[in-house]
Amino acid sequence: MNFTLKIWRQQNARAKGGFKTYPLQDVSPEMSFLEMLDYLNMQLIEKGEEPITFEHDCREGICGSCGLYINGRPHGPQRNTTTCELHMREFKDGETIVIEPWRSRAFPVIKDLVVDRSSFERIMHAGGFISVNTGCAPESNSSPISKLLADKAFDAAACIGCGACVAACKNSSAMLYAAAKIAQYALLPQGRVEAKERVDKMVKQMDAEGFGFCSNTYGCEFDCPKGISVDFIALMNREFFAAKSCGHK
Amino acid sequence: MALAGMFLMLFLIFHLATNLLMLAGDGGESFQRAVAFLTANPGIKIAEYILFAAFLIHIIIGVLLQLYNYRARPVGYHKSIQTETSAFSRFMFHTGVIIFIFLVIHLINFYFIKLGWVATPEYADSKHDFFSMAVVLFRNPWYSAIYFVSFIFLGFHLKHAFQSSFQSLGINHPKYTPAIKVIGTIYAIAISVGFAIIPVYFLFFYQA
Repeated sequence: MNFTLKIWRQQNARAKGGFKTYPLQDVSPEMSFLEMLDYLNMQLIEKGEEPITFEHDCREGICGSCGLYINGRPHGPQRNTTTCELHMREFKDGETIVIEPWRSRAFPVIKDLVVDRSSFERIMHAGGFISVNTGCAPESNSSPISKLLADKAFDAAACIGCGACVAACKNSSAMLYAAAKIAQYALLPQGRVEAKERVDKMVKQMDAEGFGFCSNTYGCEFDCPKGISVDFIALMNREFFAAKSCGHK
Repeated sequence: MALAGMFLMLFLIFHLATNLLMLAGDGGESFQRAVAFLTANPGIKIAEYILFAAFLIHIIIGVLLQLYNYRARPVGYHKSIQTETSAFSRFMFHTGVIIFIFLVIHLINFYFIKLGWVATPEYADSKHDFFSMAVVLFRNPWYSAIYFVSFIFLGFHLKHAFQSSFQSLGINHPKYTPAIKVIGTIYAIAISVGFAIIPVYFLFFYQA
């Protein structure tokens, strides 16, 4: 397969970036999207050009580092799929593929296609944890949890923190991310103890990071590679109002 | 935002119910009776203040949110596909601006006359003779067209607003949310069509 790649190049955080076009021949349809970029980088290195910087780690859809905005979509055209699990067979031969970094004030570009997502980490640091040492795993039947709630908490915990929700949202809002991280604790008895304090601190941090506000357009849910539901946003809103009504400032 | 919006949605139901009395075919008698009842009612006076507060809160927060959201993405995408999201939700601010412009025209034409800020037109018997004012205004095709189009856009706004206000307040349930969405669509169509038929009636069917 042959492609024309239109890729965002930016030397560093302060530099002005721009698109550069690269023709790429003989791409195997079985290549993953990142392998295709590796293949292009090998050619660039051989030509003495600077390779394209992009973030990647596990390449099996669980680390959340490979987010790219491909042809107008976070993680490309295939639903419930991360960039690393997207294959070139999903594209048409001869197609022009536009590759951009996530765009958000809270995700500044570091270089080329890599953005700084530490704003997500700071939201977690604000309250996304159980603040006592819980020791080793307790006997599983000692705290009964309904299967329904356990499954729901697990659905929320499927969030890999890739930032596609922010990238997809027209307002660049991080509500789906924060909601998933809050819900994974709020739904379980172990997380209930600090639930009010947690939602209060995490939402405050999310607002401080400069993400936009949710207008319930639900683009995040559609483009989330893990299919996280916007129902969790409503749950977070409920938790937030409950915390505020209890006097959390 | 959501709470103020919900109050405004409730108000629209009452406003439409009153306005539809103009179509009763009795020369505006029942409509004028309803107006007289409402203007004399002290409870309505209090509700009016709440209504103005709701409008102000909704408009100011809406504008601030939009400005903040624009700022949250200083560099836009070269190519962005948003087709899976509803156009009604993507253009809430835009439809809101259209409704705001209509609201200003509407206030000048009716409410400010009642307050005495705008002179009562000579064809009206008093500053409360809204029926005569409405008849004259709706006989003007331009005014009727603006009125009609504004309410179509209000329908677009409400289509998203109804279910969105529930979601914002955290009211989301696997069983009831689909019902809320259906009711929201019916509500948006009913309000929009209900108001929009009034100029059509006066322009084409009404005989003085």
